[in-house]
Amino acid sequence: MSIFLTRPDLPFCKGCGHHHVVRSTVKALEEIGVRPTDVILVTDIGCHGIVDGNFATHTVHGLHGRSVALAAGIAMGLPPGKKVIVYIGDGGATLGLQHLLEAARMNVDLTVVVHNNMLYGMTGGQPSSLTPRGFRTGITPDGVSLPHHDLCRLVYDAGAAYVARVLGLGDFSETLRQALEIEGFTLVEVLELCTSYGVKWNPGLRLKALAEEAGYTPGVWTRPPRPVFRLPAGSGEPLSPRGEGLLDLPPVEVWFSSPLEERWTMILSGSAGEGIQQAAEILARAAMAAGLHVTKKGSYPVTVGVGFSTAEVILSRSPIFYHGVHEPDALVITSMDGLRNQWDRIERMTRGVLWVDASLPVPETGAEIRVRDFRGRAGARYAALYAIWTVLRETGVLPPEALLEVVRGSPLADRIPVDRLASLG
Amino acid sequence: MDSCRVLLDGSRLIVESCVRAGAHVYVGYPITPASLIFSYASRRFPIALPAPDEITALQWMAGLSAAGHLPVTATSFPGFALMVESINMAYMMELPMLIIFVQRLGPSTGTATAGAQGDLLLLDGLISGGYPLPVLCISDLMDCWLLPSIALRTAVELRTPVVLLSSKEMVMTQASFDLRQLPAIEPVHRAFYQGPGPYRSYDPGDGLVPPFLPVGNDRHIVRLNASTHDRSGLLQHTGEEAMANTHRLGEKVEALTPVLYHLDEQDGAQTLVVSYDITSGAAREAVRILRSREIPVSLLLARTLLPIPAIYYEVIDRYPRVVIAEENAQGQFARLLFGRRIPSKIRLIGAVGRMVRPEEIVREVLAG
Repeated sequence: MSIFLTRPDLPFCKGCGHHHVVRSTVKALEEIGVRPTDVILVTDIGCHGIVDGNFATHTVHGLHGRSVALAAGIAMGLPPGKKVIVYIGDGGATLGLQHLLEAARMNVDLTVVVHNNMLYGMTGGQPSSLTPRGFRTGITPDGVSLPHHDLCRLVYDAGAAYVARVLGLGDFSETLRQALEIEGFTLVEVLELCTSYGVKWNPGLRLKALAEEAGYTPGVWTRPPRPVFRLPAGSGEPLSPRGEGLLDLPPVEVWFSSPLEERWTMILSGSAGEGIQQAAEILARAAMAAGLHVTKKGSYPVTVGVGFSTAEVILSRSPIFYHGVHEPDALVITSMDGLRNQWDRIERMTRGVLWVDASLPVPETGAEIRVRDFRGRAGARYAALYAIWTVLRETGVLPPEALLEVVRGSPLADRIPVDRLASLG
Repeated sequence: MDSCRVLLDGSRLIVESCVRAGAHVYVGYPITPASLIFSYASRRFPIALPAPDEITALQWMAGLSAAGHLPVTATSFPGFALMVESINMAYMMELPMLIIFVQRLGPSTGTATAGAQGDLLLLDGLISGGYPLPVLCISDLMDCWLLPSIALRTAVELRTPVVLLSSKEMVMTQASFDLRQLPAIEPVHRAFYQGPGPYRSYDPGDGLVPPFLPVGNDRHIVRLNASTHDRSGLLQHTGEEAMANTHRLGEKVEALTPVLYHLDEQDGAQTLVVSYDITSGAAREAVRILRSREIPVSLLLARTLLPIPAIYYEVIDRYPRVVIAEENAQGQFARLLFGRRIPSKIRLIGAVGRMVRPEEIVREVLAG
């Protein structure tokens, strides 16, 4: 008995093509000369998937349709020289078509053996997307009306290194050997007739004739070698985190002071693309430079380039546990997008100050209203930062110079004309 | 340097914690509000793989884990929903991995850029058969640093997927933070089976967790199985050995999941405030406000959500009045603790589409 098998008897129906798949696989492995520990057999759901116990190799039995993705994870994580084989049926290939295409595109080093018996053999013989037109199944007694996928062509077009289609009769170990010896994604589609359901519903049908009629042409299609997708770890290289530590951030030094005794909250709202989030972050850093605790969060629609952009900033002398803002001390509106986004809140405000750009209408509100020409004086791009500069000057919660210093000490120094903004008064 | 105050978000701390703990493969599929984690991971993890969908992401992770790697991903409900079958597979195969679940407003695609705590009940019962999955939950920035490494260690030591629950405002809000308070993170130690063959993938010996050996190793063949299986990893219908193995999956999680919580009890307090995740901040603030008014109150912040630690019931039993605050409409944690018949001493504070406010908790405490 082969070193790749634990016992010679196989768990399949008499006459099933799955016998040929297993025997041809074992023969191919013997000819290649690998050891059982070099082989990882990943099986899908289906009759083929109960063969694990017969193989004396590593075996992994996964979910229906997902075995190629599971095997791809294994293959990309192992060093070269291992043979990762997927046993999957036409049903599993239908369910997991995306996984097949992706593994072929990436050229993951594995060999997929598709047991295409043209139906779901474990559940009563339903058709798959590989069932040919006219083929009768348990739920299509008049024959399947749609054409089948040409799986070989699909995975070849997706980038597979080697694709073959064989009739599942006799010995096709040479084809499997070729597929297994290639480093990269290979697929062998084995055409079979399910002896329980295929023969039952299509009496007298011969596999070869069926294949010819359906256009299931046997053949081999190859591509020149290209790089295999494999993790560096699989190559035995030591792994360490990349780049700078995420915590190697520039610390914010305390150069200023703030008269703020308690919590002060600000909402800044304007248009996406007009620097709202950046301005709020500069304010947050300026507050830190004045020794305060700070939180800053953004809110915007999923389309990040259009519509409103709103930032909430909290400054506090004591640590901030809760960073929600219900009624802000300062609400700053720099554009119509921002006004629309905050309109309801403005109408609800019973306290605080509303700074609003001079180009905009002013809603009814219980807040104190201060109309300022942010856009006219600073332009749309810098209206938000200029608005914060204005708020700091008018409230004194932070020295406005802290804002300038944060910009000057950051990579933004060359891009933001802080001195011009400051000169606007 | 006399100052290490920086402006950062929780996503940054989570990713750095993961890599320092020794997780070296991140598998990502972008989804708001977990994309920031993907973005940082792509810059920092030794290997970051963009997957074509969330099912593939989990299957790749399972394959990588089977091959001896320690993978991490982050997602939100729509992606997590696609992962559920594969998480069950990894649970059955006993493959360590970390899934960071960043909650957002549902149902369905809901509002991607709004926070929520609406997915806890989904996690209870996630594993078919009702077996528990370890779920840890982040309650502040320090947790963003501490819990990922603990979750990874739990995943390795228990041989299981672990979910680290969080939410949009927790991982995306920037805050001033002093890096000097961060303790060092010890790398997670991985020990592979060193004994003689044959290796049986699901033989726990005298314990509850079988020693791990990667597939593809040169010493012993390894069998992994998502279907009901015996100790060697081979299909077995409903035999005694297979049923014992399945039962053990729940047993190990119940027995070995670390019990993590913050308990701040005050003498004379008649009310206990309970919370988790993003609402922990509002709960802390409410307690601060109440105590500043010299009203005694106690606080329990849950970090281990599943399996439910027995200590939570013991603490709750000590108080005549308990206020549970969370950002959902149902009181999901309260339901987790008590089912649908919540004792009258338990008061629920919830919110949908916005954060729970400290004053709402204060009001409920004072109402007692």
